Amino acid sequence: MIPELGHLLLWLALGVSAVLGTMPLVGAARNRTDWMALARPSAAILFALVALSFVCLALAFVGKDFSVLYVATNSNSSLPTHYRFAAVWGGHEGSMLLWTLMLAFWTVAVARFSAHLPDKVIARILAVMGWLSFGFLLFMLATSNPFDRLVPTPADGRDLNPLLQDPGMVIHPPMLYMGYVGLSVAFSFAVAALIGGNLDATWARWTRPWTTAAWIFLTLGIALGSGWAYYELGWGGWWFWDPVENASFMPWLVATALIHSLAVTEKRNSFKSWTVLLAILAFSLSLLGTFLVRSGVLSSVHAFATDPRRGLFILAFLVVVIGASLTLYAWRAPSVGLGARFALLSRETLLLSNNVLLLVACGAVLLGTLYPLALDALGMGKISVGPPYFDTVFVPLLTPLVFLMGIGPLARWKETELPDLASRLKWAAGAAVVATVATMWLRGGIGVVGAVGLLMAFWIIGSIATDFVDRLRPVGGLRTGLWHRARLIPRSIAGMQIAHLGVAVFILGVTLVKTGEVERDVRMQVGDTTTIGDLVFSFGGVRDVQGPNYRAARGTVTVTDKGRPVVTLHPEKRHYPATQSTMTEADIDVGLTRDLYVSLGEAVDGGAWIVRVYVKPFVDWIWGGCLVMALGGLLAASDRRYRAKVRRTAEASTSVASAA
Amino acid sequence: MKPRHKRLAIVGGAVCAVGAAAALVLNAFQSNLVFFYSPSQIAANEAPTARTFRIGGMVVEGTVKREGTKVSFVVTDTAKSIPVRYEGILPDLFKEGKGVVAQGQLHDGVFVAREVLAKHDENYMPPEAAEALKNAQKGNPKLAESISAEPIRK
Repeated sequence: MIPELGHLLLWLALGVSAVLGTMPLVGAARNRTDWMALARPSAAILFALVALSFVCLALAFVGKDFSVLYVATNSNSSLPTHYRFAAVWGGHEGSMLLWTLMLAFWTVAVARFSAHLPDKVIARILAVMGWLSFGFLLFMLATSNPFDRLVPTPADGRDLNPLLQDPGMVIHPPMLYMGYVGLSVAFSFAVAALIGGNLDATWARWTRPWTTAAWIFLTLGIALGSGWAYYELGWGGWWFWDPVENASFMPWLVATALIHSLAVTEKRNSFKSWTVLLAILAFSLSLLGTFLVRSGVLSSVHAFATDPRRGLFILAFLVVVIGASLTLYAWRAPSVGLGARFALLSRETLLLSNNVLLLVACGAVLLGTLYPLALDALGMGKISVGPPYFDTVFVPLLTPLVFLMGIGPLARWKETELPDLASRLKWAAGAAVVATVATMWLRGGIGVVGAVGLLMAFWIIGSIATDFVDRLRPVGGLRTGLWHRARLIPRSIAGMQIAHLGVAVFILGVTLVKTGEVERDVRMQVGDTTTIGDLVFSFGGVRDVQGPNYRAARGTVTVTDKGRPVVTLHPEKRHYPATQSTMTEADIDVGLTRDLYVSLGEAVDGGAWIVRVYVKPFVDWIWGGCLVMALGGLLAASDRRYRAKVRRTAEASTSVASAA
Repeated sequence: MKPRHKRLAIVGGAVCAVGAAAALVLNAFQSNLVFFYSPSQIAANEAPTARTFRIGGMVVEGTVKREGTKVSFVVTDTAKSIPVRYEGILPDLFKEGKGVVAQGQLHDGVFVAREVLAKHDENYMPPEAAEALKNAQKGNPKLAESISAEPIRK
């Protein structure tokens, strides 16, 4: 019964989303307050319906209802309960339901936290989000209903892909989807503004915290996915330039550009049409990512058993959404007008360069991702574009970006003087060079590219330090406390600099792991040792252990540093009988300055095993940097200035509207 | 500087930057493309000798031999086959009789793989491998040719 209820709830949600998509929009066009007032309650009902439907599916999983096809394909009675719950989004249908749930969540969040927005604006925004919900609900009901029954009912399910039986998997998809779908808010604000024709600084101020929130989730989601690949795939890589990774990286690049462009639009009222275009583009790339991942044109852990109708539906949806929004843009944007003038050397120009570089980087990823697919679709042969392409492209593209990151925050709006800027930054530049040389001397083996990476990371850190020192310096002879002056720094500024610091930490991690990692595959018998630097890894053999739903060969590797014991690691080779699959489970000793990574290859003659032994210096800084970026975003989004100013300007604009 | 000139300078600078970036991207793209060849195509001497490319097909049963960390096996598209050498740990889903894709270079008739890819699902056949098998089975040389990378190599 419960699955049928869940199915019914989805149909009801489809109806509600149709109401949400039309009534408030028509109401806004015809000045019907009663129709516009439908927007908020409809959003709440939509969320409740989708959430209940999600609960129904979760109940089917937890209750082991294998008469539901989706449950039977993605879980098994021996699967532990927490993974049975996470299996709700372990396959295609359930992850679409999660996606729709997230969309409904963002919709209701916008409805809830928009008391200060004019009625017409909120009606239009929620209506656009209603249309998006309608599209995804229709997609689910037409091609991927998670509640389909399976007749006859099997005795047991096929089990969740063992790769996905992992704590990282429990949170990675929800985080990533929150980010993907969160970009729909910026999209809806932009489309609503185009419909209403009121693109101004207030629009940018309303959009900013939402975009930053989505960006935080996207950042964390990508970092979690990368971390998951690092410890779960058993070969110690953290980014593969896999098309699915690229699909999440492209919206991130554009969302980052959008955040910066929104700053210009809010502060200086410039770049308005460009910002709107970025908002449309960011969400379009989210949709493109969904299409790539869900249509089966890609093959990877994310591409579930595929059905051409699904790909076709999403492609059609993609065309409608992107086509309609771009048409609207072409029609309305010319009337937006130019913003305030700015000088050749100004924060505006620097942010424009940031945007250009981020977009070119996104274009490069898009080319590398889509070109092989397009060629294949046209029957012109199979090619692949591997990591060397992306590595070659990204270093020269991101180096100027990061260099500008050290200058932009210190430059003034409208016009800035080069001598002034140079004299403020000379200490940062000097310190960066000294720190780079010192690090190269201490660690050794850092090549030219590595040196550039270090220089850029220290340059950002130096520039941030300069900025904070300037801001904390007492002005005008006032003897205020340091803490008092620190509290005067706006949260949005502090958040931005912390996010930039996260980029520096990330670059340090990438540079030091790329230049200093040691990877070794060795054949080891019981008692054999292998040495990396001062570390000695000795193999203590393998014994069989029994897990909840797998059997494993569990190895023992003891690590000593100059004779002192460091850690004993237990990598596993697991066999899952339900799916007849084998999984490598690496064991990692996590450290601030290095990870020790050991995984089992295969058993060879005479009781020996091929063992993979890695030393990865500073690798955790990669994800640490992402976390710092996200924290910076959180701080910036929480700036109280937004809400306070928003209320005032909203009143001002409504009074203007009523006067007009 | 007049505002008009300033705007011209900004637009000009942006165009130059984008142009340079595009040149960089396209150049890197061209030199890092990896083409795909089936064992039949390699047998017909269509594959390059000094360039990295991919092969795909099925691992012939009983051909996987290990010696320390070195491993050798034979990949077939049912019509022709090619010996492959690799050093390191094979992916979990590498199995005799299953599909495989390998990336590397051809040395004296032996494919020396730098990377062996097998995807994350035991039922899953890498699309390149599946296509190589399909084409070879059809015994249709024209079709087999159509998956070569000729059109974009100019």
